[in-house]
Amino acid sequence: MTFSGDSGTLGALADLGEADEAEARTPRQRGKRFGRRRRREIGLAYLLILPSLLIFGIFVFYPFFRNFYLGFYKTPPFPGLPTRYVGFDQYSNVLTSQDFVDSLKTTVGFALLTVPAGIILGLLLAVLANQQLRGVGIYRTIFSSTIATSVAVAAVIFGTLFNPVVGLLPWIGIDPKPPILDNPNLALFGVAIITIWQTLGITFILMSSGLQSIPDELHEAAQIDGAGPVRRFWRITLPLLSPTIFFAVVVGSIFAFQTFGQIDILTQGGPIKRTNVLTYFIYKTLRQDSNDGKAAVLAIALFAITFVLTLIQMRVLEKRVHYGR
Amino acid sequence: MARVVFEHVTKRFGDVVAVRDLSLEAFDREFLVLLGPSGCGKSTALRMIAGLEDPSEGSIRIGDRVVDEVEPKDRNVAMVFQSYALYPHMSVRKNIEFPLRTRKVGKEEREKLASEAAHTLGLETLLDRKPAQLSGGQRQRVALARAIVRRPDAFLMDEPLSNLDAKLRVQTRAELVELQRRLEATVIYVTHDQVEAMTMGDRIAIMSDGVLQQIGPPQSVYEKPGNLFVARFIGTPAMNTVTGPVVPEGEGLAVAIASSRVPLPAPYAKAVGDAGLTGVVIGVRPEHLTLASEGLLPATVSVVESLGHERHVICRLEDGQMVIVRQQSSEPAPGEGSMVRLATDLHHLHLFDVHTEQRIEPA
Repeated sequence: MTFSGDSGTLGALADLGEADEAEARTPRQRGKRFGRRRRREIGLAYLLILPSLLIFGIFVFYPFFRNFYLGFYKTPPFPGLPTRYVGFDQYSNVLTSQDFVDSLKTTVGFALLTVPAGIILGLLLAVLANQQLRGVGIYRTIFSSTIATSVAVAAVIFGTLFNPVVGLLPWIGIDPKPPILDNPNLALFGVAIITIWQTLGITFILMSSGLQSIPDELHEAAQIDGAGPVRRFWRITLPLLSPTIFFAVVVGSIFAFQTFGQIDILTQGGPIKRTNVLTYFIYKTLRQDSNDGKAAVLAIALFAITFVLTLIQMRVLEKRVHYGR
Repeated sequence: MARVVFEHVTKRFGDVVAVRDLSLEAFDREFLVLLGPSGCGKSTALRMIAGLEDPSEGSIRIGDRVVDEVEPKDRNVAMVFQSYALYPHMSVRKNIEFPLRTRKVGKEEREKLASEAAHTLGLETLLDRKPAQLSGGQRQRVALARAIVRRPDAFLMDEPLSNLDAKLRVQTRAELVELQRRLEATVIYVTHDQVEAMTMGDRIAIMSDGVLQQIGPPQSVYEKPGNLFVARFIGTPAMNTVTGPVVPEGEGLAVAIASSRVPLPAPYAKAVGDAGLTGVVIGVRPEHLTLASEGLLPATVSVVESLGHERHVICRLEDGQMVIVRQQSSEPAPGEGSMVRLATDLHHLHLFDVHTEQRIEPA
């Protein structure tokens, strides 16, 4: 029996019962029949993805293109005046402005402070908690607990800890002046620490699941083959964990570029714009300056930067990832 | 190569005793098979040799060295895992070289040894592939190459053939034995497959519930199983075992099976009488039973299974106990549901104490 049409396996299977009947038809007739069946299947497929397409359309695609369009119009300095079409001029003006460049530098700095440190810490804790020890479950719970903490809660906790009067630092005898979050040189570090702490739970869980997916037998084989704990970590654990680490880097970078809550609660972009990351910059432009057009350009720029960064990471890092099986 | 000795080794996991008071020696250059059903403690025993588990009691020697305090990496044993445990991110060459790298063998020497090992196992053309690009049989050979490359004192193999398909398993079985002979290696091989054990082992050690049941050359274990567990575990189809009370029969003794009497040969009768046993288990291998009109035991044929070259006739005795008769396919086949009589040469009988389940030797 031959199938001349390019029907899917399901179609072919469903047709087995009618095989004898089909055998009697000319190839052309058969082709027509399968063509119709295939069209029906395609129709059904579109029908099935329609709900999600609708939701994405309304909440993602439309706002995105609308945003892009908004970027072509300059918002007037006073409310009530009409917007003015300026085309790509607004894009070039905003994207070459010192404010934007500074904000981008801050954002990149913030990502560099939070992503590698977060992953290294998460991995370290995961390796420690991956031991078969009595009571290790308690540590696993503690280490992953920050996943249940919202950004706002984390910001308030650390805001209090950093507080120059009632905080942890004066209590242990350190009294930084000006206080960390008011210090232009330290504020970004302060916010970075909060972010690392807040994302540690998810990084820990991610790394733990990555570690647990490495079969024990590989560690045992390496042990018998003469590898000590350090060599096993570098030669076996780390390469086999590389897909997880890669995922954590990509997702962590995207999150870092979208950080907002802790900045809004603790520093409002200050002092002297030293924590003015892109998302906060967009927010301030929109809410305080009421400059819709500029905010739209910044939002598109943030999207483009995140997108390109992810592409680069995929190109560069993926070469070093061992997917194993 | 070296011998491996267990001295009164017990291993507990919490309240569970995985291995109980195991004393056993694998001789230098011997192929010793640890055989038993899953959960019998055979893998735990193997892992204790490797140092992956520590004995709760007793001690283990490799060669003349007590290794209880020795790290796995310093025990100089090699292990082949059921899953092969190849490093998926390394090429075949890197996998084979790994044990040499960890021992800081120089590059030239390393390459030479790895090539030799690859040659021994016919892997020369696969050296640059990753394990994921290999078939099950090839992966298994890489695991073996990685094991032999550093000339260990002993090879530990944990069901290395069980992931291969049936045909490849038969072929690899023979190749493994050949390799062991060529390398003059001490091999301790764990399996639950009694055919592997029978065909490969110089001796087999049968374990059940963490306890060593019997150790000996395959043929002698087959011919003289030390207890009921071994009798039922070794042999396919398994040995028929029928339980019955001991009754007087003329001047001797017999075992009552439903309405029939199986007379015990005099030496057995004496042993049973001397021990004062009231009940015994009779064991007869399926190939030692025949369907004959003058047979002692009446039975009903319930199923006839044909394997091509032979036939298994599954019968029920009057009291419902099941018995399997192995026939050559040239013999006439009985009809299902027909009444037959089972006969055996009495010197093929095995006798076990119904309570201790130990073998009863003729007096």
